Amino acid sequence: MGQITLQNVQKSFGPVHIIKGADLDISDGSFVVFVGPSGCGKTTLLRLIAGLEDVSGGNILIDGKNVVDVPPAKRGLSMVFQSYALYPHMSVRGNIAFGLKMAGLPKAEISRKVEAAAATLNLTPYLDRKPRELSGGQRQRVAIGRAIVREPKAFLFDEPLSNLDAALRVQMRLEVTRLQKQLGTTAIYVTHDQVEAMTMADKIVVLNGGKIEQYGTPLELYEKPANLFVAGFIGSPKMNFISGEVAGRHDAATIGVRPEHLKIARDGEGWPGNIMVAEHLGSDTFLYVDAGAIGPLTARHVGELDLSAGDRVLLSPDPGRLHRFDETGKSLRA
Amino acid sequence: MARIATSRHVAVSTVAAWLVGFLIFFPILWMVLASFKTELDAFAIPPKFLFFHWTTENYAAVQERSDYVHHALNSIIVAGGSTLIALLIAIPAAWSMAFSPTKRTKDVLLWMLSTKMMPPVGVLVPIYLIYRDFGLLDTLTGLVFILCLGNLPIVIWMLFTYFKEIPKDILEAARMDGATIGRELVYVLTPMAVPGLASTLLLNFILAWNEAFWTLNLSTLEAAPLTVFIASYSSPEGLFWAKLSAASTLAIAPILVLGWFSQRQLVRGLTFGAVK
Repeated sequence: MGQITLQNVQKSFGPVHIIKGADLDISDGSFVVFVGPSGCGKTTLLRLIAGLEDVSGGNILIDGKNVVDVPPAKRGLSMVFQSYALYPHMSVRGNIAFGLKMAGLPKAEISRKVEAAAATLNLTPYLDRKPRELSGGQRQRVAIGRAIVREPKAFLFDEPLSNLDAALRVQMRLEVTRLQKQLGTTAIYVTHDQVEAMTMADKIVVLNGGKIEQYGTPLELYEKPANLFVAGFIGSPKMNFISGEVAGRHDAATIGVRPEHLKIARDGEGWPGNIMVAEHLGSDTFLYVDAGAIGPLTARHVGELDLSAGDRVLLSPDPGRLHRFDETGKSLRA
Repeated sequence: MARIATSRHVAVSTVAAWLVGFLIFFPILWMVLASFKTELDAFAIPPKFLFFHWTTENYAAVQERSDYVHHALNSIIVAGGSTLIALLIAIPAAWSMAFSPTKRTKDVLLWMLSTKMMPPVGVLVPIYLIYRDFGLLDTLTGLVFILCLGNLPIVIWMLFTYFKEIPKDILEAARMDGATIGRELVYVLTPMAVPGLASTLLLNFILAWNEAFWTLNLSTLEAAPLTVFIASYSSPEGLFWAKLSAASTLAIAPILVLGWFSQRQLVRGLTFGAVK
């Protein structure tokens, strides 16, 4: 079991409020990603759940039990750190076994569990090596092995892939997701990378300035962002925002339209503009268009489009996929 | 061309380094040589370097006049005891300052160091009076106590810098792995800090061994370590260079041997953090 509930959790360092009251319900077995710009409090929130920081107010429930006064060692969670944080003086075997040793398990059982975890992560040939003799990806695997071997109530991941190169990151992303599904253990994963968030999560928590902006499935966030911040943060390239008279015609202070929901035409209806930059990726074409009074717009076309900088185009939004926001930035939905 | 200039440069530096090294070592060499001379040869002018009548009579005389073993044992107890007690106090102190600092931690560290800036003679009279009243004069307890307090700031500073080098993440990982504070200290922090602990221990043992001000002023015979043993040859019946040298050679021999075998640890300890 690994049901985690946050009730009005707050954290301040002196006069600075890092977390301004977070409420969250994480169901057993789900993969939840905390995402947000740097300094939004996502790592602090994770550390509060882990018990590495003390809350300034509110409750954290794990399987219904309030754990705010329980030390990290007793919360039954395991954590994978950004820096891997392996014990440099222990072998891979020692690193993975450490938690079981602390729990006082019999030697034979420790050995069996370590071997099993190592086999799952393809670490068997490296069991007797020291962390300094491993590559970045292997170290990351050891850190994950150390987390899974204890069969915790939940895994906490603190930006675990950000020290890896791009290709390895994609590979490890898949492995972590596959492993979590296979084990069925609750996971909380912190990242600043919205692609990681969208691809890995069952549910995403978008944090900004110490507040939870929205909590939902990746597609909910994409299709029904609660406010301007979430709308701008989720999706790549970023959503286009248009305010002023055009927005007024839709009874909104601001309207948003995603680059992939702009129809590109050479003539006919639409907002006229000149292409400033055209990016041809083969699979996609991105156009950065100066649309005069409407402002700069980004448009995405799947496949190749024979247009180049300086060309004149007409952009028209898909009316069904237009997002409307009021003066405070809140989403308006019919 | 560049190659020749470089090798000439290397040659010059090598010669210079050997020269400086010899200059620093010379007093010790001279002392050892003097300890094997007769008293007459010891202050002969011009000085005799190697060609003199070699004798071990000074060592015999020194051993006859005073109990070397007694003083050497005192030195071991005072230096060892004060270092061990200082470590026992300093490990938790440095640990808490390195891993749960408050905004006053830097001030505390500076305050500790500031006690080393005061000349010890400034507090000699009060300390002497306190020792007299508490019956600590000429006792091993008294010497262990004062040397421990004297070196404590350095021990805490050194350990603090070592502990600072240990990433906090690793200790947090141990905590997440279910380790209590005690087990975290034993299984994770201490093994990672062993090189630092070893060099701190060595350096402070040497500092305590060589400490002369307090040992000379607070002990006379019973608790007197080797520093007092040397000093006893410097005045009463005029100067006896050869015997004084023999006594000094005997006094520094153990620490010289220890220093020789642990020089790698010591250098690493003193430059830890500065050179990585």
